[in-house]
Amino acid sequence: MRGRHVRSFIGTMLTAFCASLGAVALLLIFGYVLLQGFRALNLAFVTQLPVPVGEPGGGIANGILGSVVTVALATAIAMPIGLLSGLFLALFGRGWFPGVVRFLSDVLSGIPSIAIGLFAYIVFVAPFRHFSAVSASFAFAMLMLPVILRTSEEAVRSVPREIREGALALGMSEYATTMRIVVPAARSAIITGLLLSIARVTGETAPLLFTAFGSQFWEVNPTNPMAELPLQIFNYAISPYQSWHEQAWAGALLLIGAVFVLNVFARLVLSPRASR
Amino acid sequence: MVTGRALGTFGSIAANADLARRAPEIEVAPKLRVEKLDVHYGAFQAIKSASLDVPENRVTALIGPSGCGKSTFIRALNRMHDVTPGARVRGRVMLDGEDIYAPGVDPVSIRHRIGMVFQRPNPFPKAIYDNVVYGPRVHGMRDRAQLDAICERSLRRAALWNEVKNRLDRSALDLSGGQQQRLCIARCLAVDPEVLLMDEPASSLDPIATSKIEDLIAELKADFTVVIVTHSMQQAARISDFTAFFLSGSLIETGTTVSIFTQPKDKRTEDYITGRYG
Ligand SMILES: Nc1ncnc2c1ncn2[C@@H]1O[C@H](COP(=O)(O)OP(=O)(O)OP(=O)(O)O)[C@@H](O)[C@H]1O
Ligand SMILES: [Mg+2]
Repeated sequence: MRGRHVRSFIGTMLTAFCASLGAVALLLIFGYVLLQGFRALNLAFVTQLPVPVGEPGGGIANGILGSVVTVALATAIAMPIGLLSGLFLALFGRGWFPGVVRFLSDVLSGIPSIAIGLFAYIVFVAPFRHFSAVSASFAFAMLMLPVILRTSEEAVRSVPREIREGALALGMSEYATTMRIVVPAARSAIITGLLLSIARVTGETAPLLFTAFGSQFWEVNPTNPMAELPLQIFNYAISPYQSWHEQAWAGALLLIGAVFVLNVFARLVLSPRASR
Repeated sequence: MVTGRALGTFGSIAANADLARRAPEIEVAPKLRVEKLDVHYGAFQAIKSASLDVPENRVTALIGPSGCGKSTFIRALNRMHDVTPGARVRGRVMLDGEDIYAPGVDPVSIRHRIGMVFQRPNPFPKAIYDNVVYGPRVHGMRDRAQLDAICERSLRRAALWNEVKNRLDRSALDLSGGQQQRLCIARCLAVDPEVLLMDEPASSLDPIATSKIEDLIAELKADFTVVIVTHSMQQAARISDFTAFFLSGSLIETGTTVSIFTQPKDKRTEDYITGRYG
């Protein structure tokens, strides 16, 4: 009796300790970035172009725009493919072919992002001898694909079988059952997966080094090299200049903030009240 | 092989049912005729050459211990196994003389004629109204007045109208379990099937909700042919006209409910209804 209580107490404390360790680490990082980045964060920083070293002020607005364009393009590529494959796996997930698809998707999700960037370089940059945002979007899409695929498969699978069978028993075709009953019931979980996949690539830096490359100008044409927020942070952080260091911290703060907001959104979409 | 014991059990069951007053009904045309039905799940044979006539406008009960294949059998009657992974069906199921498994028969049109109510209530996560008119809508009906009429008629038939008429636009998930099950029955009735399959429709419900569903079934047989799976022999005795007894995938004995409960021909049937099996 006594021994069981002691063990239960120790177990509780240990799990609570580990859980708080994770939370504390997150808070420390967030707090430190907030402290460091806060100083350089102002309206000009998010609305103006970068200025040469030595000049005061300037911002990273082109990087914000570039990141939005690149990620949006990546989403446009990965979303339809990921959703349809996820649906396919959930509905016809038996046999060798779906097994192979699932395995490849898992492998893909384990490949380091820098390797995926290299692949995008070989396919989209080297043949044209031209860096481009679209090659970065391609790399991002490959990173997003496994996440979207597996979350949408899970979402559709977790729709109770009884609901699906109820629709079929009413004389609905399998196609109508899927489109009108199953997918809508899985909608919020699918959207959550989508948002998480976007959050996953928003902070990616490595693939951008040899795809989007970066730019000093406003650039919206995705076939040209484009400024990217994570790239700017990287370049500023490894530079020897104090003012750029401060801007790097401010950029990091923006990036963390964006990812944080995406994650909060993802949770809100999943909450029971939203699914009503 | 009828013993006093079997009769004794029936006597206690008959006390709360009016079985004895029901005439033996043999001469009713079969609505469904099952011939030598085999169902396999992979290598495992769950139904072994079962043959059964289901008479029109009567209630036929399927009884037997857990795992004997009642659900497997009833799901074969509207081709639900088409969507069960690994399930294979052999044999014939004749609906009004035509094999529903014949090549070229569309399972969707079969399920339109043979509706099914499941063990666990499975309303769609939508409004009550939308649940009821889902089938008619999918089959192309758009006229609001017509849909309203179908909604009311189906809910009335399912004995749910008075409880929900003021909140048709509320989510079906807010209803109680018994109300949800009656909603599922109403949803099924709205597509106007000819046969109603029910797989333990009352097993997740309390006694009051159960008796409502049982009353409902008694009324429904005027318009429909009903096949019901039940775990409760009392329920089978109360509501069914015919009974089929399954044991490990085989159909052991079929007959009028009166004869099954008073003069079982097979020793295993007798053992089951006298409570010697789970
Ligand atoms: N999808 C399936 N895949 C493989 N085996 C199955 C499947 N469904 C049922 N079985 C097996 O088939 C047999 C009959 O199952 P079934 O569900 O028809 O029994 P049941 O009579 O309805 O039981 P219960 O009264 O518990 O609902 C059982 O041995 C079960 O394990
Ligand atoms: Mg069952």
